[in-house]
Amino acid sequence: MSFIHLFSRFTWGSVRLVTRGNRLYWTWIVFLLALIVWGLFAFAEQVRGGLVVTAMRDQVSWAFYIGNFTFLVGVAAAAVILVIPAYVYDWKPIRHIVVYGELLAVSAIVMCLLFVLVDIGRPDRFWHLLPPVGYLNFPDSILAWDVLVLNIYFLVNFLVVTHILYRAFTGRAYEKRLVIPLVLFSIPMAVGIHTVTAFLYNGLAARPYWNASILAPQFLASAFCSGPAILLFLLQLLRHFTRFEIPDEAIWKIAELMAYAMFLNLFLHGAEAFKEYYSGTEHLLYTRYWYQGLGEHRTLVPFAWTAVILNLVSFALFIVPAARRNPVTLNLGCLATYAGVYIEKGMGLIIPGLTPDSLGEIYQYYPTMIELRVAAGIFATGFLLFTLMLKVAVPISLGEFRLNGAPVPLSDPH
Amino acid sequence: MNQGPEQADGLSRRQVMAGAAGAAAAMILTSCGPKSLHEVPKDRLLSLVAEMEKTYKEKLGADIKVGTEPALPGVEFAYALDISRCVGCRRCVYACVEENNQSRDPQIHWIKVLSMEKEKGVDFAHAGAYYDPKEVPEDGHFYVPVACQQCRNAPCTKVCPTGATWTERDGIVVIDYDWCIGCRYCMAACPYGARHFNWTTPGLPTAEINKNTHYIGNRPRPSGVVEKCTFCIQRTRNGRYPACVEVCPAGARKFGNLLDPGSEIRYIIEHKRVLVLKEDLNTLPKFFYFYAT
Repeated sequence: MSFIHLFSRFTWGSVRLVTRGNRLYWTWIVFLLALIVWGLFAFAEQVRGGLVVTAMRDQVSWAFYIGNFTFLVGVAAAAVILVIPAYVYDWKPIRHIVVYGELLAVSAIVMCLLFVLVDIGRPDRFWHLLPPVGYLNFPDSILAWDVLVLNIYFLVNFLVVTHILYRAFTGRAYEKRLVIPLVLFSIPMAVGIHTVTAFLYNGLAARPYWNASILAPQFLASAFCSGPAILLFLLQLLRHFTRFEIPDEAIWKIAELMAYAMFLNLFLHGAEAFKEYYSGTEHLLYTRYWYQGLGEHRTLVPFAWTAVILNLVSFALFIVPAARRNPVTLNLGCLATYAGVYIEKGMGLIIPGLTPDSLGEIYQYYPTMIELRVAAGIFATGFLLFTLMLKVAVPISLGEFRLNGAPVPLSDPH
Repeated sequence: MNQGPEQADGLSRRQVMAGAAGAAAAMILTSCGPKSLHEVPKDRLLSLVAEMEKTYKEKLGADIKVGTEPALPGVEFAYALDISRCVGCRRCVYACVEENNQSRDPQIHWIKVLSMEKEKGVDFAHAGAYYDPKEVPEDGHFYVPVACQQCRNAPCTKVCPTGATWTERDGIVVIDYDWCIGCRYCMAACPYGARHFNWTTPGLPTAEINKNTHYIGNRPRPSGVVEKCTFCIQRTRNGRYPACVEVCPAGARKFGNLLDPGSEIRYIIEHKRVLVLKEDLNTLPKFFYFYAT
């Protein structure tokens, strides 16, 4: 059979898989589609009226969209937390679920790119970034670096999962000479996308809140909390709805790693807060705006302390072995981690970075309904993509979806 | 498609692929050549400018002249502002708006006049741009107008991902409004709040348009791009003063050629107490502040 024939069988089989499901599946899909349409209408309004329909202004020129972008880069980078033990230490319980981490990374990167697209003033000029018709200001602009590393990371992950799944479909083991180098390459790449994204802010001397070298390590630490938090939810759902077996040890191990990452995250935040408060220079303004507010400007203060408390709670729940082994406290911990990191890395990073602005003006930013709807639409797009990919990937991993006559795929082709 | 014989299937696929590749190649070929205005050859620049004028005629109903005057050799522009003379009247702000075709609704101001307390000195944390007394200057206050500082070591041009903003040979930092994608990275990078974004289509009544423009200066801008002070490039490259210098009733604003040893700007730098804003950031502004009295 030719490759084209095989591939069309694979494609049509996949289409059949994603168009069949129970009532719960379709409710979920319709819900996501509704959110996407709702977001698209908001985006159409934004394209028509300009970014004036958002609450961003010259003073706070980046906000909710870029905050979500930053958070999701962290989620994408965190796929590596599964890859490292699986391939480097050959820890078998995790190796089976690495594919799902990579699918999550692919979905997260798609969301990242969409958040950048909706944030720019001229989405119609996106191609200006793409040589040879456009021009990419490399290596001067860190944004140019980010465009490069995000796309490479996307391609690497997409290639690896597609190859592994397609080979499993045709009943063959994956090509080790292709997969292993790419997976090893994706480890520094994952660290790279997040470091480069941190440098995007870190390199701006005009914004003292960002211009701290602790930013990149702190980005990585919080990414290793939020990414696995989503994965832990997912793995439990998979275990519940399919006959996919995920050993408890794998889940507990991930939760334990999250506790260390959260400790590091809290420690780095503490170190930064100490430096700012003890030295008490004029740069303290931004940190104070986040934790205490400036005068009557206190919009962000409840968010700041919610994030701190959520992060402390999740650390406590994951560091105590009994708590991370209990499904209730485990999921509470995941929820707390996800919410805490989402706040501190979205609004908590971007808004105090720009408030007060470079001439001392305080503009109180609060996202508009349009921004919330566009963001909901993008998250729904990511979740839809992830759901559809899982709908194909899970049966392949279980050996339920494969070419007629193909041998049952080896669960562990090593 | 899945029912058809394999060969026909493959063939049609190949045809589709060939067609798509051809279309892509044609697209690249026709759109080739620099669309960005940075370092385009003179003849191409002239044709692009003619296109701009035609579009303005159609869209705004105005006969706008888009000039292409290049930087003159032996010229590097610099600005000096006498803090002891500025009274905070903001006439410069509005003269700039009229000269440079800034949006009237919503208002965009390239110059921001900050009111500061004499007790605190130049301190942005205690400055305000929205002062509104019956009369200026107010007791106990002094004024610091801030616009683009035309940095030699400009953080804004460094961060631009598409190279849509750069420093001209006469030291003016400019933007190509047709190449800017509106990512606003330059606005995050600017320590002086000098860059402004067109959050919507600029409200610029046809009757109020200044028709004497420059292609990287004050020509009307579209929605979704960044703009900033260009030292009135359309005037200063023709030997005139910027609009803010001309309008200032206190004579607080000075402008000239840094490379001319006999210029007023050189005299000020050599004889007065001169400072630049946020010196610690090493942006090396060509906009100086001084105290003449």
